[in-house]
Amino acid sequence: MAAAIRQPGWYRGAIGLVLGAAFGFGLVIALRAISGLDLFQTEQTGYPHVVVPLITAPFGFLFGFGAFDYWFRWAAGKPTIPEDHSGHGAYSWKDYFKFNTDHKVIGTQYVVTTLFFFLIGGLLALLMRAELAQPGAQIVAASTFNGLFSTHAVVMIFLFIIPVFAGLANYVLPLMIGAPDMAFPRLNALSFWLLPIAGLIFIGSFLAPGGAFDAGWTGYAPLSTGAPLGQSFFNIGVQFAGASSIATALNFLVTIITMRAPGMNLWRMPLLVWANLSTSLLVVGATPFVAGAQFMVFFDRILGMNFFNFLEGGDVISYQHIFWFYSHPAVYIMMLPGFGIISEIISTHARKPVFGYRLMALALIGIVVLSYSVWAHHMFVAGMFSWLRVPIMITTLLIAVPTGIKVFSWLGTLFYGKIHTYSTAMLFALAFIITFTVGGISGVMLGMIPIDIHVSDTYFVVAHIHFVLFGGSVFTIFAGIYHWFPKMTGRMYDERLGRIHFWGTVIGTWLAFVPMHWIGMDGMPRRVADYATQYGDWNLLISVSAFALGAVQLVFLYNMIVSWRFGPKAGNNPWRANSIEWQVTSPPPVFNFDEIPRVVGGPYEYGTPGARHAIMGGEDEGAEVPETKPSTVTAPS
Amino acid sequence: MVLAVLVLGVVQSVILLQFDWFGEAAATEAAPIDTMMDVTVVISSFIFAIVCVALGYALIKWRAKPGDESDGLPIHGNTKLEIIWTIIPVIIVLGLGGYSWAVLDDIEKTDENALHVNAYAQQFAWTFGYPEDGNKWSEGVLHVPVNRQVIFDLQAQDVIHSFWVPEWRIKKDAVPGLATDAVVTPDKEGTYQLVCAELCGIGHTTMRAYVIVESEEKYEAWLSKQTTEVPTSLLKTKDEYLEAEAKEQEESGGIEGSGVVEE
Ligand code: HEM
Ligand SMILES: [Cu+2]
Ligand SMILES: [Cu+2]
Repeated sequence: MAAAIRQPGWYRGAIGLVLGAAFGFGLVIALRAISGLDLFQTEQTGYPHVVVPLITAPFGFLFGFGAFDYWFRWAAGKPTIPEDHSGHGAYSWKDYFKFNTDHKVIGTQYVVTTLFFFLIGGLLALLMRAELAQPGAQIVAASTFNGLFSTHAVVMIFLFIIPVFAGLANYVLPLMIGAPDMAFPRLNALSFWLLPIAGLIFIGSFLAPGGAFDAGWTGYAPLSTGAPLGQSFFNIGVQFAGASSIATALNFLVTIITMRAPGMNLWRMPLLVWANLSTSLLVVGATPFVAGAQFMVFFDRILGMNFFNFLEGGDVISYQHIFWFYSHPAVYIMMLPGFGIISEIISTHARKPVFGYRLMALALIGIVVLSYSVWAHHMFVAGMFSWLRVPIMITTLLIAVPTGIKVFSWLGTLFYGKIHTYSTAMLFALAFIITFTVGGISGVMLGMIPIDIHVSDTYFVVAHIHFVLFGGSVFTIFAGIYHWFPKMTGRMYDERLGRIHFWGTVIGTWLAFVPMHWIGMDGMPRRVADYATQYGDWNLLISVSAFALGAVQLVFLYNMIVSWRFGPKAGNNPWRANSIEWQVTSPPPVFNFDEIPRVVGGPYEYGTPGARHAIMGGEDEGAEVPETKPSTVTAPS
Repeated sequence: MVLAVLVLGVVQSVILLQFDWFGEAAATEAAPIDTMMDVTVVISSFIFAIVCVALGYALIKWRAKPGDESDGLPIHGNTKLEIIWTIIPVIIVLGLGGYSWAVLDDIEKTDENALHVNAYAQQFAWTFGYPEDGNKWSEGVLHVPVNRQVIFDLQAQDVIHSFWVPEWRIKKDAVPGLATDAVVTPDKEGTYQLVCAELCGIGHTTMRAYVIVESEEKYEAWLSKQTTEVPTSLLKTKDEYLEAEAKEQEESGGIEGSGVVEE
């Protein structure tokens, strides 16, 4: 027992948690006592004895759990073992519950954890749809309803979509570029463990007096600065989730820039790598802004600062500028990795090089640059400087161009291919093209100011969000999980169940989200618990479809869990793909490669006899492989 | 393929144009916005048709036979095509942008003899002041004359709210500490609803008001019957607000311990 307590792990983590909480609590009480204040301050925006422990307890846990052991030992000048790989690899399920530094274990931890939060976010959504199935108040009170849509959005964005992409890339990206691991494995593990902490803080806000944070995921001031305690949970949770994102993005950037296998120049990187490079540039540049915005709200609440208090010289609208300066790029943080996944899958299953590879990569970079110049399109009716609207409209509309290039190039990839649709991954990739196009079109409509003036803050926006995030991001996530499932688990999932899941999801998505456009344009505002009776029928259809959509996700879970344990062995390369991760065993060995592969050509050289992407270690070393030039062949007509 | 795109595009446009997307219109600002929506729907129909037809065509034509393990043609791209599908969308969106700008200018033109009405938003009710007529006050019901431009000066007392009458197509946030306005020219008599479109707290769902658009005579008659004036607590700017607050406290002998007013 004593040994168990000294070892990093759950026991020491629990002790750290308690000590961290006690430290924060004690600090607050002591400082208040010294200052002659009431020991407990329980105004709704106060509660320092709750919010300070909320910050210190997670750090206590992380210390105890072992997240900082190595760094501290190193900083203190104590002997460290640079080649200590005890935290690498997973030999039993227990290794997934440790501070593991293996990128493949971390990738799996990410995906499983985020899918868990996907379930929670989904249940919150279904509760809302139950309330909205009929006009009038049925199940939840208005105050609870506001908490539901706020937590739903926050869980989906910060704990599912953003991190699940980080998880998938964590697993496959080092393999794809021929690296033995990520650049900073310990930072990588820390990034992961920050995530469940953020999740618990968000969900924990339901227990706060006054209920969960309920100012929307946008948390506009001054609604948020005056909201009950739950809002502070949001402010703090975002810091942990944001820190996790930033650390991972830095890790990806350094890994991609410095750890590519010999021969992999920029134009030989698979598009998934390009996509994560672009996403990481957005994350490190933009995420500090949402962290800052939430700190400002937090300080307004806790310390009585007046950033957003107009009576004391604060500026209400500046919150929105800072928030959207992150949150517009964030929508591309939630989409670019998916673009990368789709390029991999379509090329593999159409047995053809990605059409216009270089333009595809440049389009990603174009989106990154433009992303920083469009934030205020969320504020066309917010009362900001009116001169800013037209320039922002132009950049917003222009961002549809690189997005369009991607769609057309995927279609171009299909032409003259050999399209295989036996894989559920490919089905989701194809369906993604269509549904995402609808979301892109509604985005352009929203970008046109006169239309936005009418439909802003209505169900039309809700429809747009869900077409791009469910029909877009989530479809790519499903595609990615199906595609790399055999690599990650070494086993094959059941394609028949995959098809059920696919068709249920596609039909459910369209039935649930298409009518939202109509009721929104006709006058139903968003974020309401009740609505005019004329919208009753459409809402009933939406709710029924949403429940069906939710139910069919159980098929997915069943398929994943059962196939992971009992599925037939997948083999190394079930999709006959070219990229490097498919040339190693499934699942890959602990250090990925016995010998670092040598990259000799583009990643998608399907159809060119003798062309190779990489030569794996141990293969005929000396033999010269002909360099394949990325040629521009005109399509035979 | 081109034919299929045209047919599908036309069919979609025709079907989609049958709907009255934004519902009933009751302001002169509505017509250009509704037309703009129709134009956008037609353009979108063709873009969507291109994507659907291309995908469907490829799937029919180049689907692999079971067991076929060969690869597709090694085509890496086509510079001409890539330039085309970069330039044409640029032209389309810039066209839409210019069009939007023109419509925006059009709907935001203000008239010299427009009627000014103050709309006060607070959790969770709308009230209205008529500064041109003795600052008369109406709670929960907005009366405006038909066929005369109205400029609503929006003022939020606590958090952000948003002024929206769907039939007028115009929406603008009311922001604490900031003067914003919405310009509308109602052109159809009737009773409508003013909806708060920005999340403002627990009562957001029910934060509505009635809007009555009526003839000039009826409007004048209604206004002359109103007696209450806008309470000082709803006054306009931040300075006026602070002044009024100080005055109220002075009258009530100051709030204990506030330090704002000495005994
Ligand atoms: C063609 C590209 C796109 C354009 C032109 C576009 C445009 C817009 C505009 C103008 C709004 C503001 C609507 C309003 O509040 O009045 C909006 C909202 C939103 N968009 Fe997009 N969008 C595009 C693609 C995307 C993508 C790819 C995503 C995410 C994957 C996304 C996610 C969102 C979200 C989450 C909101 C709502 C934010 C909120 O108010 O809570 N959009 N979009
Ligand atoms: Cu945006
Ligand atoms: Cu409201």
